[in-house]
Amino acid sequence: MKQKISTSGNKGPGIRSDCFITIELTDNPGINIILNSKVNALYGNSIKELVKEIFDFFDIKNSKITIEDSGALPYIIAARIEAAIKQLFETKKEFLPEFISNNKYHTNRERNRISRLYLPGNTPRLMINAGVHKPDGIILDLEDSVAVNKKVEARLLVRNTLRQLDFYGAERMVRINQIPIGLEDLDYIIPHNVNLILIPKCENAKQINLVNEKISELNKEEKTKNPIWLMPIIESAKGVINAYEIASASDNVVAIAIGLEDYTADIGTKRTNEGTESFFARSQVVNAARAAGVQPIDSVFSDVGDMDALKENVKKSKALGFDGMGCIHPRQIRVIHDNFAPDEIEIDKAKKIVIAFDEATEKGLGVVSLGTKMIDPPVVKRAQNTIELAISTNKLSKDWKTK
Amino acid sequence: MKKYNNLVKNALGRLVPTEINGNPAIPYQGVGKYKPSGRKYAPPISSCSDYPDDGNKLVKNLKEALIKSGLKDGMTISTHHHFRNGDLISKQIFDIAHELGIKDLRWFPSASFPCQEPIIEHLKNGTINRIEGSMNGALGKFASEGNMKGLGVLRSHGGRYQAIQDGDVHIDIAVIAAPSADAFGNANGVNGSAACGLLGFALADSQYADRVIVVTDNLVPFPCIPWQIHGNYVDYTVLVEKIGIPEKIISGTTRITKSPDRLLIAEMTAKFCDEVGIVKDGFSYQAGAGGTSLSIGIYFAEMLKERGLKARFIRAGSNKYPVQMLEDGLVDYILDGQTFDLEGIRSMRENPNHINTSPFTSYNYHGKGNFSTMVDVVVLGATEVDINFNANVVTHSDGYLLHGIGGWQNCLFSKCTILPIPLFRDRIPVIKDEVTTICGPGELIDVIVTERGIAINPLRTDLLEKVKNSNLPIKTIEELKTEAEKICGVPDKPNLSDEIIAVIKWVDGTVIDSVRKVEIS
Repeated sequence: MKQKISTSGNKGPGIRSDCFITIELTDNPGINIILNSKVNALYGNSIKELVKEIFDFFDIKNSKITIEDSGALPYIIAARIEAAIKQLFETKKEFLPEFISNNKYHTNRERNRISRLYLPGNTPRLMINAGVHKPDGIILDLEDSVAVNKKVEARLLVRNTLRQLDFYGAERMVRINQIPIGLEDLDYIIPHNVNLILIPKCENAKQINLVNEKISELNKEEKTKNPIWLMPIIESAKGVINAYEIASASDNVVAIAIGLEDYTADIGTKRTNEGTESFFARSQVVNAARAAGVQPIDSVFSDVGDMDALKENVKKSKALGFDGMGCIHPRQIRVIHDNFAPDEIEIDKAKKIVIAFDEATEKGLGVVSLGTKMIDPPVVKRAQNTIELAISTNKLSKDWKTK
Repeated sequence: MKKYNNLVKNALGRLVPTEINGNPAIPYQGVGKYKPSGRKYAPPISSCSDYPDDGNKLVKNLKEALIKSGLKDGMTISTHHHFRNGDLISKQIFDIAHELGIKDLRWFPSASFPCQEPIIEHLKNGTINRIEGSMNGALGKFASEGNMKGLGVLRSHGGRYQAIQDGDVHIDIAVIAAPSADAFGNANGVNGSAACGLLGFALADSQYADRVIVVTDNLVPFPCIPWQIHGNYVDYTVLVEKIGIPEKIISGTTRITKSPDRLLIAEMTAKFCDEVGIVKDGFSYQAGAGGTSLSIGIYFAEMLKERGLKARFIRAGSNKYPVQMLEDGLVDYILDGQTFDLEGIRSMRENPNHINTSPFTSYNYHGKGNFSTMVDVVVLGATEVDINFNANVVTHSDGYLLHGIGGWQNCLFSKCTILPIPLFRDRIPVIKDEVTTICGPGELIDVIVTERGIAINPLRTDLLEKVKNSNLPIKTIEELKTEAEKICGVPDKPNLSDEIIAVIKWVDGTVIDSVRKVEIS
């Protein structure tokens, strides 16, 4: 036995949709549940039943559990209890909540990754409604936004969240910790249909290979069918130099992102809104991504109160060649979408190409041409993407062909 | 022993008493069904010869004014809530009454606030028998746990006027705290350190009470202009050092929300209004002071500005945002029922197009028409809604009294009533099979906007038709309910006893629902 008392979760002012668990192994037989819940009148009984079910599952027969609950959803309570239990004794068993059917989808290599919303991996309150803001991707973050002493419980929370939280079609992403520690995170996410893994502070292809080796090892056991994409984040001078090597390290790398807070620190300067100091790095990342045929993704913009500055930043980012950007607040999503969205000239050109393609297909022609110009398949694909992007950002009506 | 055993089912199927605090009560019969006849209630005839010719009605202090007004056991004392959480006068009235050994008073405030928690002392010591008005926070808890001697009665702002006009409530003494007054009793809320904008909630009290006392900390020489309260109704005036705490009069809730989820709901609401053609030149709306409502106003303002349109009027709860719209030429008039911040007060003082209104003009069932029915769209809150669109605004899902009705019931009569609400709060779903307390019948509630979808009342086939081809996430209310329960789990019923601790009056004075005692487990 490791210890007699353990705790997990969060409580206190400002904490909502979470709970704080204290478990004490006692010498008296029986489970003593002390529940102090904001939602006691409506869910007190079901919380107690859940506790009993989990304790049965882990075969705990004598203990006292205290739950201080600020309205946590059942899978959050379950993750917290499991985290506390696992501090008390070693067990390989996992108490897995049902995997909801809405989350069984996989994503395509080419899909839009304009916005991806970072969510701290140990803060349930921010996760619950993330999907309704319609980002292209939702990142459950195990790295910088999780305190060192909360890393272990965050893994369980992220695991349960992947199973139970409706992502409403957003790409299901997790940012793991830096390699090698991040490899341990994979145990908690690979079997639960993560669509994409962000690998922070990536500096070389070897790190990508380590991740892929671990994935296939886990997949051997789990037989997961869906593809798992990788988005390495380049956050150092060395990473920038190796950008192409990273981008082309493996077939499942679909994008490379740049992280400017760490990068600017690494080169010994400060990040500015103008971004002159990172011009080289951003261009290098865009160039490497394009050369490797993956999406270049820009860093987050951290002033969540200043939407005008964000807009300017997005415009610059698009002009540099980036396909998308991270966000740390749901209100940033729309600004990012609106300003990465194609403009009228781009839409007009794409419309012509798509119509030409449709006509060629109808006539059974293998070659698409616009006027006297032949159109290559990737150009058609890009035009189709532009149209999709224009529709998804409300710049073009769904039925534009008939209207 | 339960105090109320004789319950009948009203038109909504809710069990309500036919007698309240010893007086007969009429069960709710349906919207616009109950129409009392006879003549309106009138105060006693007074004679100007009984009042000083020099107009000086000042007495030494509040105690003397109350004694001179004939304060005795069982009387009804009214106050207004324009000072919100900064009210310093209400408690003093009952301290004095207690000191004089008075018992069993009925307190008839236009609303109560958390600052009135100390009044519980007088509910316990018998000075006050019951509150007829909103009971929030500690007062709500006290009443909900069955500790109030008499039965609580909650009315809307309009219902309060109605109850006064048809004689349901006879006010013995009205105490009107006024930021500015003269010795004759003319008073207003726009000047003075406790400025609160207007005094509309005290209007009926001034007109119908047997005795009227104006209390101020800012006595000006006659005439006090503007005279929102006419001194001709006033018996006594009192000068005190301080009537309110200015920083608590200005409400903390009148800021644009920063919550991305609420902003999303606000944005969806504004988009819905646009989609169904409500947002157009000359339209009107009412939005409350909550963060979500305020944000909807911001979205409306953006749309008007972008398209070069102008709204005709905003019914408010005003603060800096509608004021900004008035000053930017995005709206012709603000018809204001209460001001929430200094900008609102300044505008009311300076801008002739910023009009002070009262429940009489906007909400009164016994008026010959009401402003509230002329508003194109009104945006309101709710604690719960049921699958028939009946809504609750007074109790929490655990049964505790939480909010007053305010103008909520009266506003339901607008051309389109929208409740923008989160699908669940923490873990508690907002849409139920049956709400804990019905405050408004579903037939008057048109649209529910949540972050996960918009439900339109099936009665509004016109609205359903208009959104048929839109991108809005239109769902049925049952679908929304199922969605919430899938996330949160199906909630148990709260543990409520059969005992009734308060009733909810409908705008016409009939009883729409009963509030039950919460069993403490």
